[in-house]
Amino acid sequence: MDRASLRLWLAGGWLGALVMMAVFAPLIAPQDPLAQDLFLERLPPAWIDGAEPGYLLGTDSLGRDVLSRVIYGARIALIVAVLAGGAACLIGTTLGLLAGYYRGWVDTVISRIVDIWMSFPPVLFAILLVAVLGTGLHSVIIAIAVIDWTRFCRVVRAETMQQARMEYVESALVYGRSRFGTLVKEVLPNVLPTIGVLLSLEMGIAVIVEAILSFVNLSIPTDDPTWGGMIAEGRTQIHFAPWVLVVPMIFLFLTVLSFSQFGEGMKDRFDPVLR
Amino acid sequence: MPRSPPTMPRGGPDMPPDPLIEVRGLRLSLPDLNAKPLFGAPPRIEILKGLDFAIPRGTITGIVGESGSGKSTLGRCLVRLYRPTAGEILFDGQDIAGLEGLGLARLRRDLQMIFQDPMSSLNPRHRIGRIIRGPLQVNGLTDDLETRVSDALRHAQLPTTAAARYPHQLSGGQRQRVGIARAIALAPRFIVADEIVSGLDVSTQAQIITLLERLVAEMGLTMAFISHDLSVIRRLCSHVIVLQGGEIVEQGETAAIFEVPAHPYTRTLRDAIPLPEIDETWLAVSG
Repeated sequence: MDRASLRLWLAGGWLGALVMMAVFAPLIAPQDPLAQDLFLERLPPAWIDGAEPGYLLGTDSLGRDVLSRVIYGARIALIVAVLAGGAACLIGTTLGLLAGYYRGWVDTVISRIVDIWMSFPPVLFAILLVAVLGTGLHSVIIAIAVIDWTRFCRVVRAETMQQARMEYVESALVYGRSRFGTLVKEVLPNVLPTIGVLLSLEMGIAVIVEAILSFVNLSIPTDDPTWGGMIAEGRTQIHFAPWVLVVPMIFLFLTVLSFSQFGEGMKDRFDPVLR
Repeated sequence: MPRSPPTMPRGGPDMPPDPLIEVRGLRLSLPDLNAKPLFGAPPRIEILKGLDFAIPRGTITGIVGESGSGKSTLGRCLVRLYRPTAGEILFDGQDIAGLEGLGLARLRRDLQMIFQDPMSSLNPRHRIGRIIRGPLQVNGLTDDLETRVSDALRHAQLPTTAAARYPHQLSGGQRQRVGIARAIALAPRFIVADEIVSGLDVSTQAQIITLLERLVAEMGLTMAFISHDLSVIRRLCSHVIVLQGGEIVEQGETAAIFEVPAHPYTRTLRDAIPLPEIDETWLAVSG
């Protein structure tokens, strides 16, 4: 196995495991993620003295099982990754394709909006949006999509402009394909690999942004465990129970890394032009 | 109409009375986006400065000129990728210069183009079969689709197995044959071939040229063959149009023009052709 496919398998393996965790969380999680037990507070992970059986990665200051909480936290992370990443991709790709292909005033309008949009500091923008929309999963998803579509728009526009100069576009026009038909049938397939890489990257970014919003307590108002929320709670006890902070950070790190590697890996593996 | 120095209207009277394409006063100017001022419309550059010529039925007419002379732009006007700013393009008697919408769509079947660089003109993410199906499907020729595709491939002397391949899996000559197959799939009446052999090595060039000659004869095609290479034009084209700076400096039958070029520019072009005699001398000396 070469390096490229090893990368794809590792990243895909972790993401696959994460999906399983999220879907089958009630079956996999050893404990109820919300069950508090003050007699079991700050238990260390299994390999450190003083651990209790059944609490593989220890407990937090309220005696909740850390492993069960990160497993349930994967649900929120993946929902945000897919929905927010997908929505940002849809908006940005559509506008980027139109701007790069039709140029003219369409391009001018879209590009100016992108310039203005990108001059807002993204995290502050997100916090502002969630504050206005009210906390909750849907606000987080909307905020990420509304802020991050510009990433897609810029790159897709540039790629579309480059592809639109190719003679296969003229060739399609000459045999009678409509302008829009040519964009969809000829140009889009050539921009698709780039969109795939961007989407995968954006899913990782969405997970981070959700964690940031959870960290500042602007994400999910309920007790549902999120990785960002766990990191925020763990921060106060880093000297007594570092695992409460470290475990969700490792999950977050591996997930974001896997998303970025997965997109590149898929492109290398399945793009007929590169193969 | 103002023309640059001594132009003999040689083509005119010798031409057969009923040409397939007749162009009158064709002009094209495009906005110069590099010189766009902060406000207002950019200045326009005139690329074609009033062209008059005809392309006789069933012939290959060469369009020759150096780069920047407007020959590719002219080709794109003839297949109506560009809309001329002024003038008439009579295709079989019908003026197509200003045609839009449905009228233009109906015409697409009859006017095809083969492009210079097949790496760019064949969609790299589509298989050859799909590339050739494209024009057939768009023009509603979907009965016996696979037969039509394999016919087109066969006419272009490609194996039918090529349909399952991607463009990058073919050689340069094969790719250009795919471009030819796509153009003839619709059984068009007029084809513009834009520098289609200039990226190929000499032996592949010769094969493609032989193929074009055969196709024109067998399918009753009329073709405009754009090239900067006069030796290819001399071999392939019965008529030739010499462009310089967006104007026609000379036109007529190829043999006549090569015999006695009237315009100094044509003379320069002709004299730049490597002559077979030179090869013989060289052989004599080295042997």
